This record gives sequence, C-alpha cells and structure tokens, in this order.
Amino acid sequence: MEIIIPTINLASIYPEIVVTIFAIIVLLLHAFTPHHSTSYKGGAGKGGDHLGYISFIGVAYATFLVFTQEGGTEYSFNGLWILDNYSRFFRLIFLLGTGLTILISVKYVKDEGINHGEYYSLILFATVGMMIMGGGADLITIFLGLELMSISLYVLAGYTRNRLTSNESSLKYFLLGSFATGFLLYGIALLYGATGTTNLKGISGFIAEANFGNPILIMGMVLLVVGFGFKIASVPFHMWTPDVYEGAPSPITAFMSAGPKAAAFAAFARVFFEGLPSLQGVWVDLIWVLAVLTMTVGNVIALVQNNVKRMLAYSSIAHAGYVLVAFVSANELGIGGILYYMLAYTFMNIGAFGIIIVVGGKGEKKVNVDDYTGLAYRHPVAAATMSLFLFSLAGIPPTAGFMGKFYIFSAAIKSGYIGLAIIGVINSVVSVYYYLRITVAMYMKEPEPALSDAELRPNLVFSTAMIIAMIIAAYGVLRMGILPSDYIALAQQSYLSF
Amino acid sequence: MINFPILSVITYLPLVGILLILFINKENYKLIQWIAFITAVVNFIISIPLYFNFDSRTWAMQFVEKIPWIEEFGISYHMGIDGISLLLVLMTTLLSALAILSTWSAVTEKVKEYMISILFLETGMVGVFCSLDFFLFYVFWEVMLIPMYFIIGIWGGPRRVYAAVKFFIYTMSGSVLMLVAILVLYFINHSQTGVYTFNILDYYGLNLPFGVQFWLFLAFFLAFAIKVPMFPFHTWLPDAHVEAPTAGSVILAGVLLKMGTYGFLRFSLPMFPQATIDFIPFIAWLSLIGIIYGALLSIAQDDVKKLVAYSSVSHLGYCMLGMFALNAHGIQGSILQMINHGFSTGALFLMVGIIYERRHTRLISEYGGIWKVMPFFALLLLVVAFSSMGVPGTNGFVGELLILIGTFKLNVWYGAVATIGLILGAIYLLWMYQRVILGEITNDKNRHLSDMNFREYAYMIPILVFIIWIGIYPKPFLDKMQVSVEHLIEQIKYTKDIDEGEKREAKKEVKELKSKRVKELNSSTPELLNS
Repeated sequence: MEIIIPTINLASIYPEIVVTIFAIIVLLLHAFTPHHSTSYKGGAGKGGDHLGYISFIGVAYATFLVFTQEGGTEYSFNGLWILDNYSRFFRLIFLLGTGLTILISVKYVKDEGINHGEYYSLILFATVGMMIMGGGADLITIFLGLELMSISLYVLAGYTRNRLTSNESSLKYFLLGSFATGFLLYGIALLYGATGTTNLKGISGFIAEANFGNPILIMGMVLLVVGFGFKIASVPFHMWTPDVYEGAPSPITAFMSAGPKAAAFAAFARVFFEGLPSLQGVWVDLIWVLAVLTMTVGNVIALVQNNVKRMLAYSSIAHAGYVLVAFVSANELGIGGILYYMLAYTFMNIGAFGIIIVVGGKGEKKVNVDDYTGLAYRHPVAAATMSLFLFSLAGIPPTAGFMGKFYIFSAAIKSGYIGLAIIGVINSVVSVYYYLRITVAMYMKEPEPALSDAELRPNLVFSTAMIIAMIIAAYGVLRMGILPSDYIALAQQSYLSF
Repeated sequence: MINFPILSVITYLPLVGILLILFINKENYKLIQWIAFITAVVNFIISIPLYFNFDSRTWAMQFVEKIPWIEEFGISYHMGIDGISLLLVLMTTLLSALAILSTWSAVTEKVKEYMISILFLETGMVGVFCSLDFFLFYVFWEVMLIPMYFIIGIWGGPRRVYAAVKFFIYTMSGSVLMLVAILVLYFINHSQTGVYTFNILDYYGLNLPFGVQFWLFLAFFLAFAIKVPMFPFHTWLPDAHVEAPTAGSVILAGVLLKMGTYGFLRFSLPMFPQATIDFIPFIAWLSLIGIIYGALLSIAQDDVKKLVAYSSVSHLGYCMLGMFALNAHGIQGSILQMINHGFSTGALFLMVGIIYERRHTRLISEYGGIWKVMPFFALLLLVVAFSSMGVPGTNGFVGELLILIGTFKLNVWYGAVATIGLILGAIYLLWMYQRVILGEITNDKNRHLSDMNFREYAYMIPILVFIIWIGIYPKPFLDKMQVSVEHLIEQIKYTKDIDEGEKREAKKEVKELKSKRVKELNSSTPELLNS
C-alpha cells in the first residue's frame, strides 16, 4: 500500500493554531500561578481579569490573521481542509462571538467564583472546534470539529456547578447531544457506504455520475439533517434547547446561541451545497418543513415565557428557522443571507445577553421579565441598549436584524418561495410581541412601591469589559443596519462555489 | 437647489435636536422643551421654501437627491417630492412644531425621553413622504413605529400598554406583507428590465400581469388600509387615540393616518392600475361603511376624545372614497382632505387636550356651559367643529365638496350614501358642542376654569389661519397638486385603454386565481418572475 504524504499547509490553519496555543497558555497560566484561595470555594474570586484579557488577545490576534490570509479557494491536507471566503467569513463570526463572550464573562466569572483558566480555555477550544467545522472539506474533519466544540460546551454548560439547573443543563445537553452525534455519525457512515468516500467533493462527484436514487444515500442524507438539526436547534429536534439555555451560565448561553449555532450552519450548508447538491430536490422539501416548524414553534412558545433566558432560547430556535428559510432558497442570496444573518445575530444576541447578565446580578437571580420593571428610569442607557438589541431581534429597521431578515426573505422570494416568505414575515410579527414585553416592562411599568429602596435600585455594575462588549455589539447592530454595504459585499463574495 | 439637500435637512434636523437634548440634564426640562420646540420650528421654517420653489407646472419629482446606498441590492438613498407629497411634508413639519408646543404643561414627567420620541417621530414621518426608494420608504415606515409606541406606552392613559402593543403589532402585520410584495416587485422588475433597483419611479413602468397585480395590490392594501385605517381594520385606532397623550393623538391623526392614504396614491394606484380599477367597488363600499359606521360610533361616545377618534375613521373614509373615484376632483379633494383632516382633527384633539388639562376628565357629561367661563375657547371650538363637519367657509367644505363631486361622477349611489355621512357628522359634532359648551353650568367644578392662555393661542391660531384660508381661497393649495394628480390619472387611464381587451381575459384568470390556494401561487410566480 502506497503511503500518501499529505500536503501540509500550515499557513491555512494559522488562526486555529493561534487559538489553540492561547487555550493552552491560559490553562497553564492558571495552573502555575498561585491560586487566590477563595476562587475555588465559590466565593468571589480575587483572581485577576488577566486570564480573560489574554484569551481576548488570542482571539483578536486570530482575527487579525484571518484578515491577512490571502483570498481565493485553497484545499490542503489531502483535501480534508478548505480555505475559502466562506470559511473565512464564518471564522470571523466565530471569533467575534468568542471575543464578545469573553468580554461579557470577565465580571461574571468573578462574581460566580468560577474565574478559572479552564473556563476560558474551554471557550477557546470550542472556538477551534467551530473553526474546524467551518473549514472542513471532509465529513471526518467536520465531525472532528463538531466533537471538539460539543464536548467543550457540555462542560461549559455545567460550569456553575453549585447551581442545580446548570448541572441539569450540562447533563441534558450531553445526553441529547451525544444522541444527535450518533445520528450524524450514522449518516456519515451511510454516505460513505453509498459513495465510498467521505470527501465532500468526492461525494458530489460520485452522486453526479451514479444513480442518486440509492435509498442508502437518501437515508444517510436524512440522518445528516437530523444530526445537524439537533445542533442548530430546529424543531422537532429542539427539545434540549430551552432547558440547556436556561440552566447554563448566561455568558455560555450567549456563546452557544451564536458561535456553535453558526458553526453548525456552516457545516450544514457546506455538506449540503457542496456534497449533496444533486439531491437538492429531496432535501429542499424536507428543510422547507423544518423551517416552517422551527420559526412557528419557536415564536409561539416564546410568547408565554416569563424567564428571559428561556424566552431568548425559544427566540433563538425561531431565528434558526429564519436562517433555514435562506437555506431552502438555495441560491447565492440565500448563502449570503445565512452568513449575514449569523453575523447580525451574533452581535444582537450576545448584546442582549450582556444586559441579561448585568441585570441578573450575582447568582442570576433576576432573570424574569418582571425584574426589568422600571429599568429605563434607573438605568436609561442600559434600557436603551437592551431595546436596541430587542428591536434588532424583532427585525425593526434600521438595525442589523432587519437587514438580515430582508436578505433572507429576498432570497426566498427570488427562488419563488413566496409562501415561505409570508410565513416568515408573519412569524416575525408574532415575535415582536414577546420582545416588546421586555420593553414594556422596562419603560411602561412602574416598579411596585412596596419594594424597598435597595430592591428598587439594584446597583447594576457594568465592568469595563462589559461596556466595551456592549459598545461593539451596539455598533455592529447599527452599522449592519444603516450602512450594511461593506458587510453585504463581504457576504456576497463568500458564497460557496457550487 | 440641487446643491442644498433640503429634503434631507428637513428629515434629519430633528435628529440634531435629539443630539442636543441628549447632552442636557433631565432636570432641566424647560430647556429641553425649548430646544425641541425651536428645532421643530426651524425645521418648519426651512421647509417653507419648498412651497415657493416648487414648480407646479411639472409632475416630475423635485428637490431630488440620489446617492447610492446599498449598491449590492440596487438600493439608493433617493428623496424627492411631487405635488402629492409637498403639502403633506409641510403639514408634518408644522403639526410637529405645534404638537410639541401643546405638551409643555401636559407632559411634565420624563420630558427628555418624550421630546426625543417626538423629534424622532418627525424624522420618520418626513422621511416616509420624501422617499423615492422602496427600501428607504420601508425603513422610515417601520422606524416610526418605535417612537409612537413609546409615546403611547409611556405617557398614555390607564390602558396605554395594551394600546401601544396593539398599535405596534397591528401596523407591523400589515407592513411585513407589504415588504414581501415589494420584494416580489423587485424581482419582477429585474426579470423585465435586467436591473436590480428599488427605485419607485422605475416600478411605475412595469407591465404586470393582472393576476400578479391582484395579489400585490392586496398586500399593499392590507398595509395601507390598516394605517388609514379602513373598516374593518380600524380597531387599533380608538385604543391608540384614547390612550395617547394629546401630542401623540395630534400626530397620529394628523400625519400617521395620512401615510396610509399617501401610500395608496404613491404606490397602489400608479403601479397596479388594473387591480385598482377592479377594486373600486370593494374599496368604495368599505369606505362608505367606514364613513357611516365611524359617524354612528362617534354619536354614541360619551368621551370627547373617543368621539374625535371615531370621527377620524369616518373622515378617512371620505379620503379613500375620493381617491378611488379616480378622477381629478376626487383625488384633489382627497389630498386636500388629508391636509384638512390633519388640521381640523388635530385641532380637535388639541382642544380636547386643553380642557382635559383643566379638568382631567374627558367625559361629556362632566361638562356643560363652558362658554360662560371660556368664551374664546368656545368660539374656537365652534370654528374647528365647523371645519370638521365641512361647513362652507372652512377648509372641510372645499375638500368634502370636491370628494363628493368626484364620487357622484363615479357612481350616484356612492355619492348618496356618502352624503348621509355628512349629516351624521354634523349630528355628532353639534350635539357634542351643545352638551359640552352650551347651556348652563351644571357642574360646579367648571365654574372657575380659566380661558386659553398665550401658549394655547400660539398653537391654535396657525391652525385656525389654515382652516379659514383653505376654506376661502384653496387655489394656492390645489394648484400645487394639480399637475401631479392629472399625471396620476393619466397613468391609470393609459393602462386602462390599452389593456381593456387584455383585462377581460385577465378577469377570467383572476377568478381562477382567487380559487387557487396560496401554495399554487408559489409555483406559478417563479414562472412570472422568469418570463
């Protein structure tokens, strides 16, 4: 047997390497610096913010490297790895999501007494996993990335280990996630069985030549839909989302709703558009149904939630539904729409979670809609920022959320899915109601006079890192809403070569 | 003229005012009020040259500004006005200034946020009337919801949250369907001309098959009919009006409702002429029901503000009826009536606000004999009421007369029913006047009411001037819109003549289409897009 020496092009994975190295550095740094004794005992850790800032520097440096990488499409590592505009754009989304998550975590982890190197290290490893998913040109690479990301997240979901809900969240996520991974792996195996390769190009080449009516092939494809459906939290594979999102530490919930979801979409779209384009006739109908269910169920259930984190969990399900609409459109606008929307969603959702963290306070005690009552008059800036993110999530111009929806629905209409677009816009009207509930609480309700003055004026503390994160997020939301030209151009250059 | 982007200045000047206000401590609310008011007045003064520099001999868009905005989608920042939008823009800037002045003593809490909301609202309103790019139009159209939502929800009455949310969701559900329709137009335009653009003027030339026109018209109809509001989409209006603070009601009635009627004129009529002609009976009957039903509801109200709110439904029915008469009289009357309604109903709300501030009740039964303590108020209310019911010598008469002439030309029956509405209008207004103003003072609390003060005169007199001016000499106003209106009618007639034969064919088609489901439309429209 001939041994093939794969072409190794380290330059194409520089950002991944950098993030990995920083993940290890943060881990070691914490291990080898003297522990501030309180930090492991659940009290407020005195450990400095340096771990967070070092991680942030790593992310920033990786982002810089992504920008300096040359354009064009390049396969390396024997066809396992691809570097193209599509993966570049997604890397930016992941790194942005991670960067914002780190910033909103800095104070949170100190308050919760979990200011450990592992926390940031796991976030960075999850990010590497996402980046591998975005750049995988082979089902095996994608699977590797997925596992790296998922396992890091299982741990992170349970990171506030003193809280029962956090443990529940972690366990649920782990069990259901492994189950989904099983589906995915089985799908990959079937595809391999039917086509003899796990390489996406090889698969699409094989299907284009051979008879693609092979039931094993279809079966494999359906299982892939199930597996990815779990990861993007589409209905009916969404059951884990509300509990996991509600129980996980808030910064991790923000993180999960942005980066990993985008990563799942990145891999999902690449596998289906590059690997299985010949089966489009089959999977489009399937995903059409998923999109409608996901949007509708997510929005309708969110209407009755009182816990803001849970509400945003359902909202995140609904947003996955909108992205699936772009997926169904299966045209250049659709791919651009997925990219644009995930970027916009990263800005607005992490932004909203930032305020949730601040309002939630130590131990995340204030996470109900009622806890926002009168916020606008105690902290006008916080309330205005939150409103901006909420209006963006609801898709009201001039915000990133509106541009994203505009992009997605124009893709749908271009492909002739007018019915789907109508269902989508009606859903976004439904969603307005629950986003407005929070603004109603913030602006239009007086706090109950029975409460004591201290309760009336909880001291919301914004750390510097949090302020920076909020400024970045608000800037992103407005910039992508008012002057979106650059971002659209970037997204348009990034569609897959299919 | 081209060098000075006057429309953009008018649109964004309020944002400059907001910026200034942001830097002022909220305790210093007098200064905030002054800055807001001065901003609005300056804005109005800047907008006056629009009137004098407007060339009324052409229907072309004037004061045009066009720069690329989102080139990837063919979206440009495109502003301009013609005879249809000119007066609406002027009315918006004037009413905004007056509305701000009217709330100086009514809103004393959270003044900073309030003034920011109103100025933001002004930006949105002016933007809607000036946009010539569909995307831009939609952005302004939606962005306006946010400040109005806050105005109703924060400074409104007891049921304000309900009213605000209802307003927001009602309006938005109409407009998202319009967004879908806009996108369909966008791709049809691309398939016909090969150019991706959201330029509204380019869409006028589209040759749309009747079946497509039908659905697009319906989508636009829903958005605009909710905004107008036409029966049966009017139920958000009384809630919003009753709960909103005075300035909110004034702007809501004066300007926001006009966006619906303006939308019909700007988009539905010239873009979907065949569908428009086919929809005449449908819309005419809805308008007539609105006229009669709104008036009957007004008669039944025991709350002055509710009475005025329902009268809006009735008055806007006239605007819609005149517009869909599709002749010069009807449409001119309709546009003039939009302006008139802005002034007269705006004035009614302002006057309700004036007595509400003194007595903190709006129940008719609480009043009576007010003329003895507030004679000037009584006189002014009489003039405004006359204007609202269309008594000769006031602006209402001119508008309603033109509309009725237009309607009678269209169909005698429509005209006859519409005339009944006029009588009902006189009933509810005069009866209200009689119960509130005339007679003896029956309630002791009313004995020591003070008459209007200087500030109240300051915002009522300008409206009064326009009420009388348009009533006696409407020519300067009608002249500005004449050419544009004639052009609009030509656009519709042109298609009507050419496609008379085609339309008969198409009518069969639409009957089939109606019976089909939406799903089937999905499969048929891509073909249309590609054809």
